[in-house]
Amino acid sequence: MAKIPLGPIRSGFAPWDDPAAKPFIEFRNVTKKFGEFTAVDDLSIRIYEREFFALLGPSGCGKTTIMRMLAGFEQPTSGELLLDGAELSGIPAYRRPVNMMFQSYALFPHLTVEKNIAFGLKQDGMPKAEIAERVGEMLAMVKLEPFARRKPHQLSGGQKQRVALARSLAKRPKVLLLDEPLGALDRKLREETQFELMDLQQELGMTFLIVTHDQEEAMTVADRIAVMDHGQMIQVAPPAEIYEQPISRYVADFIGDINVIESTVTGNDGGLVRLKAKAAKADLTVRQDIEVAADSTAWFAIRPEKVNISSAAPEDVSVNAVPGEVWDIGYLGDVSIYHVRLDTGETIRATRTNRERIVEDPISWEDKVWLSWRPDHGLVLTQ
Amino acid sequence: MSSTRGSLAGRSRAAKTAGRPAWGRLLLIGIPYLWLLILFLIPFLIVFKISLSQTEFARPPYLPAFAITDGLAGIWEKIKQFSFSNYVWLAGDPLYYRAYLSSIWVALVSTAMTLALGYPIAYGMARAPRQWRPMLLMLVILPFWTSFLIRVYAWIGILKKAGLLNQLLMSMGVIDQPLIIHNTNTAVYIGIVYSYLPFMVLPLYSALEKMDESLLEAAEDLGCPPFKAFWKVTFPLSLPGVVAGCFLVFIPAVGEFVIPDLLGGSETLMIGKTLWAEFFSNRDWPVASAVAVVLLLLLVVPIVLFRNHQEKMAEKGG
Repeated sequence: MAKIPLGPIRSGFAPWDDPAAKPFIEFRNVTKKFGEFTAVDDLSIRIYEREFFALLGPSGCGKTTIMRMLAGFEQPTSGELLLDGAELSGIPAYRRPVNMMFQSYALFPHLTVEKNIAFGLKQDGMPKAEIAERVGEMLAMVKLEPFARRKPHQLSGGQKQRVALARSLAKRPKVLLLDEPLGALDRKLREETQFELMDLQQELGMTFLIVTHDQEEAMTVADRIAVMDHGQMIQVAPPAEIYEQPISRYVADFIGDINVIESTVTGNDGGLVRLKAKAAKADLTVRQDIEVAADSTAWFAIRPEKVNISSAAPEDVSVNAVPGEVWDIGYLGDVSIYHVRLDTGETIRATRTNRERIVEDPISWEDKVWLSWRPDHGLVLTQ
Repeated sequence: MSSTRGSLAGRSRAAKTAGRPAWGRLLLIGIPYLWLLILFLIPFLIVFKISLSQTEFARPPYLPAFAITDGLAGIWEKIKQFSFSNYVWLAGDPLYYRAYLSSIWVALVSTAMTLALGYPIAYGMARAPRQWRPMLLMLVILPFWTSFLIRVYAWIGILKKAGLLNQLLMSMGVIDQPLIIHNTNTAVYIGIVYSYLPFMVLPLYSALEKMDESLLEAAEDLGCPPFKAFWKVTFPLSLPGVVAGCFLVFIPAVGEFVIPDLLGGSETLMIGKTLWAEFFSNRDWPVASAVAVVLLLLLVVPIVLFRNHQEKMAEKGG
């Protein structure tokens, strides 16, 4: 596949592309079964030092089980789990250099903020003066110094979240596991905290593993995202690659919004795939290096923001263009989303940024419009 | 304590909704007070009054006895006859304070034993699969369906010299001489622990059951081995249940009469038995009443002090 230049978020940080790079966390053919139910199915993955790795998937896809195996709360049914080259099985949770931030925060209700943060350090037998110093550092990091002597029930949700974060970072673990860390926060706070998490990870140089079902969260924070389904990782790639080059309809649909049209391949010559939509019979072209035989079934996919909507037919003949009628308009503030019913029966969603207050080419309900897109903006999915 | 707070809250709410008749609310608040008045305060005052009277061969067996026909002046005359001589008598006879001390000691030891036995039971119940828990709770409550007296009697059959326990142990060859348990303090401990175990298990269970299991995982994750995590996390969080359970066992155990009477022997000195003897053997109601009042003070004063202390701690925390 010809790579559209979709670099990693952090320039130059892509150890997964380097065959010589040593993985920091490695799952080798790990399977975990709960009775008859297979939570994790023959999974192999390498995660690298200082990486921010996100496990993304619907509930029950096995993402939490992966994290709990790493923390030591679950043992793999088969397969190997390595941390920094050493086998982890047999090491109990309380001896692993891995700390977890729990979804429920799991703050000790009978201890003050200070003592919650100091809990892990005390277990290590750290001298009192050092503990006090480290706790002070952590409180400063999460900006909670005035709340040191409060009990958890006297804190707001956002403050609890920060205490949980400080507590899980206090021991300077090699790996921090974050289980839906921002799930309980409201949207504004969540977005702020996502950026704080990224900065923190950069600053501390730790490996972060985050479990989330929120795709925006995963896209924002992670170096790489693993999209999971039924105990398997369907695609593991940096956010931009996941978004622009999903390998299957499942991934394409899970991340962001996308139009998918079942089609028949009518020709494939030198990276220009021609398709015919099965229902709509529209002719479509996609510029993509992909091995698809003529007459096979494939899915044409395009993101709504890549579809151009206009009242006149485009002059450029190299673009795909289909006529239709506006069926619905959703005004979201920053963008408007148009549901356009093609003359041939399919519905395609197109978005338009509301950058100007007064639009030159206003489009309203039941208007006849043209949808158009460049061949290299569409995607051909074979599964 | 809580009732005081309740009435304060009621008053402020009443103030907010001024204009509406408040007596509905007063009635609601009044019911528990009425309950306390009728079932606690009035009986206590009657007992207290008897404890200030003198024993007399009469019916009732004490003087002075009030009558409605006395009139206010007559009642005042009789009140002037009250004296604390029974309390002086209690203080003078070592039998009584030895009985108090011994009762408190027996109650303390049996409370500790009930806690030691009840905690693992409650813990096991709280960690049992969710669908089993109602059944386990039922099993804890089940003994209450039989009369307390009969259950204590049944222990005689188990503990006596030719009883079930001795027969079993001897047939198994564990012992060749029967154990003497019945009519000793050991039997009293067994009886109290057996009878009051549910009162310990239930509050402990309710405290342990609502504990979030992720707290233990968090402790382990932070480097705390499971056994240590129990003492660092589970136990401190179950303390309200421990305190409630201990009070529920200790208080009735101090004044327990049936168990020491049926299972204990001559060495068993408990205030409940003393009280019974004063009332029914000596027919000395005033002294018996004084014994009861002192017992009540011995129990209530420390509890009130403890609760005050706890509230202060809670306020400090809050």
